[in-house]
Amino acid sequence: MSGDIAVLGVGMHPWGKWGRSFVRYGVAAARDALADSGLEWRQVRSIIGADTVRCGYPGYVAGATFAQALGWQGARVASVYAACASGAQAIAAARAQILAGLADVVLVVGADAAPKGFFAPAGGERPDDPDWLRFRVLGATNPAYFGLYARRRMACYGDSPDDYARVKVKNAAAGALNPNARYRRAVSAEEVAASAVVADPLRLLDICATSDGGAALVLSGMDFARRHGAADPVRIRAVSTVTPVYPKTVLDLPDVATDSDVATDSGVATASAADRPAVDRPAVAAKTPPAVDSFRASIARAAYEEAGIGPEDLSLAEVYDLSTALELQWYEDIGLCEEGEGASLVREGATALGGRVPVNPSGGLASFGEAVPAQAIAQVCELTWQLRGAAGRRQVAGARVGITANQGLFGHGSAVVALR
Amino acid sequence: MRRTPVVDGWFSQACPEGADPDFRLLGTRCTACAAVFFPPEESFCRNPACAGGGLVRVPLSKRGRVWSYTDSRYRPPAPYLSDPAAEWEPYTLVAVELAAERMVVLGQAAPGVGVEALEVGMEVEVVPGVLHEDKDTVWTTWHWRPLYGGVPAPEAGS
Ligand SMILES: [Zn+2]
Repeated sequence: MSGDIAVLGVGMHPWGKWGRSFVRYGVAAARDALADSGLEWRQVRSIIGADTVRCGYPGYVAGATFAQALGWQGARVASVYAACASGAQAIAAARAQILAGLADVVLVVGADAAPKGFFAPAGGERPDDPDWLRFRVLGATNPAYFGLYARRRMACYGDSPDDYARVKVKNAAAGALNPNARYRRAVSAEEVAASAVVADPLRLLDICATSDGGAALVLSGMDFARRHGAADPVRIRAVSTVTPVYPKTVLDLPDVATDSDVATDSGVATASAADRPAVDRPAVAAKTPPAVDSFRASIARAAYEEAGIGPEDLSLAEVYDLSTALELQWYEDIGLCEEGEGASLVREGATALGGRVPVNPSGGLASFGEAVPAQAIAQVCELTWQLRGAAGRRQVAGARVGITANQGLFGHGSAVVALR
Repeated sequence: MRRTPVVDGWFSQACPEGADPDFRLLGTRCTACAAVFFPPEESFCRNPACAGGGLVRVPLSKRGRVWSYTDSRYRPPAPYLSDPAAEWEPYTLVAVELAAERMVVLGQAAPGVGVEALEVGMEVEVVPGVLHEDKDTVWTTWHWRPLYGGVPAPEAGS
């Protein structure tokens, strides 16, 4: 297929918390990816960095920072920022350059050194910034939003804290097999239940940590890959970077309120309202499910459409489990089951290693913690190892097709479909 | 003590808290398509199907139903206003769906309303509240307070 690009090399610096410069992690990952590809840095004609942000500003414009650390050699450069979706944007930019014939080989790098504790916005008085406002006016941290989603699922779908603990137990078991994970230890449901409540109903072990780490990919055109001797590389067939559709009626970080669904004009708003099930109309606030066409679901749908596949084709998925409850939401949003049925998949073991469609065989954010600009790239590293059959003890048998899914602050979609 | 809204223009100026029947959140409405925005959008209508109209101030519904809720067991980082010397007291956050506007609005619950007092679908109303007091300023905000059987609950102690 003409839209494919090849993954020639992948590399990661293990996740942890050391507080060193992000450049070290990124360069280590880049060198590993280059070695894995069999290419030398000076053969790479384009480098794209996913930016590390400090104080609300991409303080380290990552593309050139990595290029300088690897040694200036004149490659084309780009730096991108889209919060948690930064890595997917970097991959999308690399893919566009390759498919447009602007570059044969592109190196994509993301790395972070995360602060301690809650993510917080930049200092100063900045009442124009919605991210600043949610902290000032409400004290609404990221875990607070995760708590709201988790409670909503319990009320609408009958999820229980035990279901959320099952997600942690599953991901910890996979992470224990991953040498790049920060937490490599099995966790029991009892340990989850004994951890402190952070944002009711979620406990410390339901919520992902913030971590240091780095990930890199060497991407190329299919013709270049063949000339380079890679006859059957892992291919990226779709990259979804969609925005939401108005009105976005599901509360999302960092919103203080959703869009309103009352616009009277013909068009988008009223069409979306009319699509809702009839039972939704009089009792909007009661225990009715979120709108069928949620932003997260639209991210995956765009990726499937671009790749010409569907959820039934998946061998595995890597999704953004910022919280255990959110992983269950992703099962529904990427189409592994109907809305509201996510918990039954984890109860049956369908998404565990050895199950029908393993989700987060890497161990997920539960085992890694979030290294923001590296994370979406790390998801693609895991797909690549799985599709190569090189994932060791966490290998998904016969893996052929995988998807990653993720969402960046303010409305940045992120999903990648890879196959072999 | 000076009473200052924690953010300008998001809610009506209230008399002393709990005693203002006219207290409302303030949004804006597009004169062309009737879309409602909160926090109030001053610059442009964000409905892509709308050619754009004027934006006028509108009070939002006083009552809504709980969409979800959680609490904050740990002190949020700055710019949240709190006294670092004082022992942290968790507060409850409530997301409330307003039927007329078909939108969900977050807010803190009134003092003394814990997560155990809430349920998804329960009716609540907006009341004036205090976010924080420092040596010369009372920072005012809005709170969501449960309505038990349609009657406002007695003022919870704090
Ligand atoms: Zn309008």
